[in-house]
Amino acid sequence: MSAVCLDIANLSAVLPNGQRVLRSVSLSVQPGEVRALVGESGAGKTMIGKAVLGVLPSSVRIVEGDMLLEGEDLGKLPPKARRTLIGACTALIPQDPLTALNPSRRIGSQMTDRLVRILGWSGEKADTRIRQLLDEVQIRDPDRVLKSYPHELSGGMRQRVLIAAAFAAEPRLIVADEPTTALDVTVQKQILRLIAALQREHGTAILFVTHDLGVVAKISQRVSVLYAGKVVEEAETAALFAAPQHPYTRALIAATPRYTDPFASLRPVDEAVLAGLASEIAAADQAWRRPHG
Amino acid sequence: MDEGRAQRRAVSPRLWLAGGWLLLALLAAIFAPLVAPQDPLAQDLMLERLPPFWMAGAEPGYWLGTDSLGRDLLSRLIFGGRIAFIVAFAAAIAACLVGSMLGLIAGYFGGWADRIISRIVDVWMAFPPVLFAILLVAVLGTGLSSVILAIAIIDWTRFCRVIRAETMGQSRMDYVENARIAGYGRIGIMLREVLPNVVPSIVALLSLEMGIAVIVEAILSFVNLSISTDDPTWGGIIAEGRLSIHQAWWVLVFPLITLILTVLSFSQFGEALKTRFDPVLR
Repeated sequence: MSAVCLDIANLSAVLPNGQRVLRSVSLSVQPGEVRALVGESGAGKTMIGKAVLGVLPSSVRIVEGDMLLEGEDLGKLPPKARRTLIGACTALIPQDPLTALNPSRRIGSQMTDRLVRILGWSGEKADTRIRQLLDEVQIRDPDRVLKSYPHELSGGMRQRVLIAAAFAAEPRLIVADEPTTALDVTVQKQILRLIAALQREHGTAILFVTHDLGVVAKISQRVSVLYAGKVVEEAETAALFAAPQHPYTRALIAATPRYTDPFASLRPVDEAVLAGLASEIAAADQAWRRPHG
Repeated sequence: MDEGRAQRRAVSPRLWLAGGWLLLALLAAIFAPLVAPQDPLAQDLMLERLPPFWMAGAEPGYWLGTDSLGRDLLSRLIFGGRIAFIVAFAAAIAACLVGSMLGLIAGYFGGWADRIISRIVDVWMAFPPVLFAILLVAVLGTGLSSVILAIAIIDWTRFCRVIRAETMGQSRMDYVENARIAGYGRIGIMLREVLPNVVPSIVALLSLEMGIAVIVEAILSFVNLSISTDDPTWGGIIAEGRLSIHQAWWVLVFPLITLILTVLSFSQFGEALKTRFDPVLR
């Protein structure tokens, strides 16, 4: 086992029109660590997750940088070996539990299928494993759930099923792509607790993609703040909240609504900060283009 | 929630009506020699243009009357159903297999595969279907197999377009991405994950296409381009009935009613099946 679970160095990706969507992103995830990736919509958080899992949309092209998963360079592996490695080492907890389960297959067959067909387990072993995981995500009537079609379960139940499925194959790294965004607030909290509990139990590293700083504070050890595909700040979570270095981070934290003063109006991120960011990014792009033509 | 699931939705009346008519017509066609009251080819000029049973001058045993050569109309309709159903099943299934497979490939793989298949479909659909059918049969020669082939060649595009669109929608769903991450092969995902979700549409289209095949076969036999003129076909009977409409309207009207009921039933049956098959709509 290598010392670093996931190591992304200098990753840049472009759209067909040449616009960069990831701007020399570097970040690493230690084994067993929860690494938060925070940023507003369109900042490229999800894109990084997809790049790691090898499911970038075909229009996005990686132009430079390395991704090391468990010490293996994903860019240098032949496609087949890369798929096998990603399939064995990673899993995804998706944003939308409504579409992440196949509507025409029963939960049980979907969950065991992966263990049987990809990892070569026996059906019985896979079934035992799935039931154990369903118990861990506090599903009390596994028989009913395993027999159900996805549409027969609530959103929260589906997300539990997906969490169980993600942990079932004991991956080294789980990408959690805004796993609580599509759920209502009371369920969010339970789901978050479950993910944290299973993470501690199994010692799985998580790349936790979110736009919610409250979630970041609760669950992660380290955090990268992303803006327009660029990491603007990276720090220990506690340190980031105690003493944010970058003006954008400060503005984000200030913009988070607080329960202590429910009547305060919402504060958008300051214009001046955004203008500063825009020129920072423009400068970085210019510097990047020079050697890349 | 549990109660709702326990109560299976009652079968809709339109499924019963459409299915009932189709079953009746199908059974009659299969057992035609046993069911038909008369020999459909037997001519008897003494019995020409007998009216249907409720009119004055009707003969017992000739329920729907006879045509201008004294052949029993009901028996001819029953035997004509044989050809209609053979063509409906064979042509629709052939068109379905080709069209669905190409649509699935175009929708799932996208890119070049999609561009090539979609352009072919565009070009194909530029031909007027009935003229295309007549042209094909003229080239292939008349006969049952050419009629089936012609319909399949013309109508696979219908499946291709719909299944392509459905597949594209399904392919964007997260469960497909999840399967990719798990490491399933692309063809495996297409067949095991995506295909079951487009099956309800395929079933509905298949039933609809059977109705269309019945119409096309009737059109071809109407213009005398279907199978040999000895065997009764619904289109052929309609063509004969058109000539004697002023003397014997029933020869035109009954096959038309049969045709319309059958085509309508196929399309209704398909829609009803789709709602029953679809786990989300169910």
